[in-house]
Amino acid sequence: MINNEPQITPELVASHGLKPDEYERILKLIGRTPTFTELGIFSAMWNEHCSYKSSRIHLRGLPTKAPWVIQGPGENAGVIDIGDGQAVVFKMESHNHPSYIEPYQGATTGVGGILRDVFTMGARPIACLNALSFGDPSHPKTRHLVSGVVAGVGGYGNSFGVPTVGGQVRFHTRYDGNILVNAMAVGLADVDKIFYAAASGVNMPIVYLGSKTGRDGIHGATMASAEFDDDSEEKRPTVQVGDPFAEKLLLEACLEIMDAGCVIAIQDMGAAGLTCSAVEMGAKGDLGVDLDLDSVPTREQGMSAYEMMLSESQERMLMVLKPEKEKQAEAIFRKWGLDFAIVGSTTPSKRFVVKHGGDVMADLPIKELESEAPLYNRPHVPSPQLPVIQARDVAPPLPVVDALEKLIASPELCSKRWVWEQYDHVIGGNTVQRPGGDAAVVRVEEGPKGLALTVDVTPRYCEADPFEGGKQAVAEAWRNITAVGGRPLAITDNLNFGNPERPENMGQFVGCLKGIADACRMLDFPVVSGNVSLYNETNGRGILPTPSIGGVGLLDDFTKSASLAFKAEGHPILLIGDTQGWLGQSVYLRDICGREEGAPPPVDLAAEKRNGDVVRGMIHAGTATAVHDVSDGGLLVALAEMAMASGIGAALDAAAAAIVPHAWWFGEDQARYIVTVHEQDLLSVFTKLKAVEVPCIQIGLTGGHEIAIAGERAVHIKSLQHGFESWLPDYMATKS
Amino acid sequence: MKSAVLVFPGINRERDMARALRLVSGREPAMVWHAETSLPEGTDLVVAPGGFSYGDYLRCGAIAARSPVMNAVRAFASDGGLVLGVCNGFQILCESELLPGILMRNARLKFICHDVHVRVERSDTPFTRGYNAGQVIRVPVAHGEGNYAADEDTIRRLEGEGRVLYRYCSPSGEVGDTHNINGAAQSIAGIINERGNVLGMMPHPENHVEDIMGCTDGRGLFAGLVAHLGRAA
Repeated sequence: MINNEPQITPELVASHGLKPDEYERILKLIGRTPTFTELGIFSAMWNEHCSYKSSRIHLRGLPTKAPWVIQGPGENAGVIDIGDGQAVVFKMESHNHPSYIEPYQGATTGVGGILRDVFTMGARPIACLNALSFGDPSHPKTRHLVSGVVAGVGGYGNSFGVPTVGGQVRFHTRYDGNILVNAMAVGLADVDKIFYAAASGVNMPIVYLGSKTGRDGIHGATMASAEFDDDSEEKRPTVQVGDPFAEKLLLEACLEIMDAGCVIAIQDMGAAGLTCSAVEMGAKGDLGVDLDLDSVPTREQGMSAYEMMLSESQERMLMVLKPEKEKQAEAIFRKWGLDFAIVGSTTPSKRFVVKHGGDVMADLPIKELESEAPLYNRPHVPSPQLPVIQARDVAPPLPVVDALEKLIASPELCSKRWVWEQYDHVIGGNTVQRPGGDAAVVRVEEGPKGLALTVDVTPRYCEADPFEGGKQAVAEAWRNITAVGGRPLAITDNLNFGNPERPENMGQFVGCLKGIADACRMLDFPVVSGNVSLYNETNGRGILPTPSIGGVGLLDDFTKSASLAFKAEGHPILLIGDTQGWLGQSVYLRDICGREEGAPPPVDLAAEKRNGDVVRGMIHAGTATAVHDVSDGGLLVALAEMAMASGIGAALDAAAAAIVPHAWWFGEDQARYIVTVHEQDLLSVFTKLKAVEVPCIQIGLTGGHEIAIAGERAVHIKSLQHGFESWLPDYMATKS
Repeated sequence: MKSAVLVFPGINRERDMARALRLVSGREPAMVWHAETSLPEGTDLVVAPGGFSYGDYLRCGAIAARSPVMNAVRAFASDGGLVLGVCNGFQILCESELLPGILMRNARLKFICHDVHVRVERSDTPFTRGYNAGQVIRVPVAHGEGNYAADEDTIRRLEGEGRVLYRYCSPSGEVGDTHNINGAAQSIAGIINERGNVLGMMPHPENHVEDIMGCTDGRGLFAGLVAHLGRAA
């Protein structure tokens, strides 16, 4: 070991985000004081972001298996079988802290990282989605953050060449100091050509691929594992810079060497770069790894071992190569103008040995770096139960139609066209249903199969009741896939929460996870990949608990998908599912009555399944002419969305007598769909649904150019559209 | 029709283009790597597709225009061969001086992706014979730098010589500021060279050739080329 490195002091240990007892654990494990480089490696492997030390124990409760699951959590991404020898590879990941500090670059590298996770496994990315949570529109930073994040998401995906087909955009004051940028990527691979991280074989060359290593992003993962404060801006140098062009080349080069049979194992360099990728390849393969940093391509001179091991420079990969294929693999990388360097080899020692300038800078037990990471069962308290709000106790401040006009022109429910028109959502020529519907539909190659893709969560429900909120996030993803005719197959979860060291935050986490697990089990909708982002908190104020759920469903024939636009005049409008008029935590109660209160709507998973299966059956049978799930904003908002998407209006019956009108129109009861059918199918549909005990009533008829409720003022679709489409562009055009 | 699709590093709509050519002409195009110095024997249409060649880190298309394969493309064009450039391909053709002018940042400085309407100005060219003059077609755009600009003389010549083939317009064909999505001079969406054998355009006809995409208005461009080349051969 060389001895011109910084002395290891308690302060140095603390600045690496390691607690005193965690440092004791290191001493016990290696039996000596770590070198500076080793301390860096431990801090990278044992921070929350990489080790999942607060969450691991609870993640074990998630269902991860189904006959169609090829790879569950633990790899770069999840893999599911979609038949015909084809697999879908997907995952969602957060890039929250970097995006707050430097929105454009934070968002680009978030998208870049998740794309890499997908193509590392041998899949060509075919779609991206995202879930973005911003602070209150009136917060002075919000406009700047929206502008930068959206440009960044687009800047990367557009250039890389993947359609960004869907997502969520929300505003809430609880994200003022800590926005969320969750990016999901979906790729397509052959079932027999999936690549994994586990190395195999001793003395196999380890190859470094892609861009050069610089000093950017050092300690990025450690930053992601700490709370924010007012000095967080000073962390800007830890944000990496994305290069979509390099990533596009890396994609093509990787797919080419995989196709040429050169690869034994491959792992992208994401959080904690070279450290994390090398350790994972060795530990998963039960092998040691020797790295010689003198061979690592660098952008800057004089980089230390510490810096190289912790750099988070983007667009890099580590690969274990079949030795006989070295020349061929190198030629492919040279053709694409990328770096290719043999930087080490696998060893039988189960040690992680890092050499630099002839000195051994680190010599650590490789498996323990992963397996001996701290594991915490942190104290958690359940969230207090909130009272159920009776609709009759809520006085409507506005007539129904006025409330509709206000709601659809609100930040929560307005059109997000301003956002998704900055994303290339048609590249690839397979986007059958574009953003703006329940789920995007993307054709699989030349068809006939299609994928239904969505991202969902309702954070205000999760805050009010973590268990019901967790269930609802999964149920809504399942419902959105169902509403386009897809068979829901699996999810990826991106769990964004506050500081886990606070028992009430941990209680939210535990509660949401239980709800997610229940819903996944009941709906046969396992979790195959995911990411946990804790410490989303600024100056002690946590975000709303936001477990984003990315869902993937399959359509056997993409031409039989349904969309939400009314298709013709004179189609009976059916409401499927039970309506109680649940106003607690509804957008109506919050944005019209100014009350963010009450228990959220309960989710009856058996009803979800029964109702959804019936709706999907109607789509496949061709009886459903338009379908939309009823979610945020309730029934009338959903109807308005169907009218605005088509230009065809609706004549609607008055609210059911047993329910006060504003609760009927704006309540957010779950497990509901609006379906239109041909007049001639009406009777047979009623008969069929009655036989399976699925609630179904006719609530009106499509036609005209207005939303006309019996006894209320009629409103023209054009006027609704104007409000719906104006809020976001007007807001963004306003000078802060 | 024997077409060749140019592949520069960072190009990303080459597969979309290849699929459209295959669907309409019934023949798989050749994919030609930027480092090649010649085009495949018998090529009768060269296509520069969309994307971000070399990341568009310099002026869009500037580096691709200096690729080895572009010498072969210039020679091909000067022999009268048909060349089509879409989006980044249009930018590359301008930077190669196969077409006049340049594409600047969109007037509103944002990337835009949505369907637009364009008016086909004439139907007596190989690139527009699949349409009627004055016909309005719907095709998607996806670009950050599609704002066509040239000096006044050039614009005057383009207009005078009928070299503007596609123009942004309303669904019913009116041209004006409200329909000019990116601020292009004269609402220009696509132009040809003096000889009439090189077309550059910003919209993506290759993404609107199949019924299932809800619109097949892009098909006419490729069908016209097939008809033209069929007759020439």
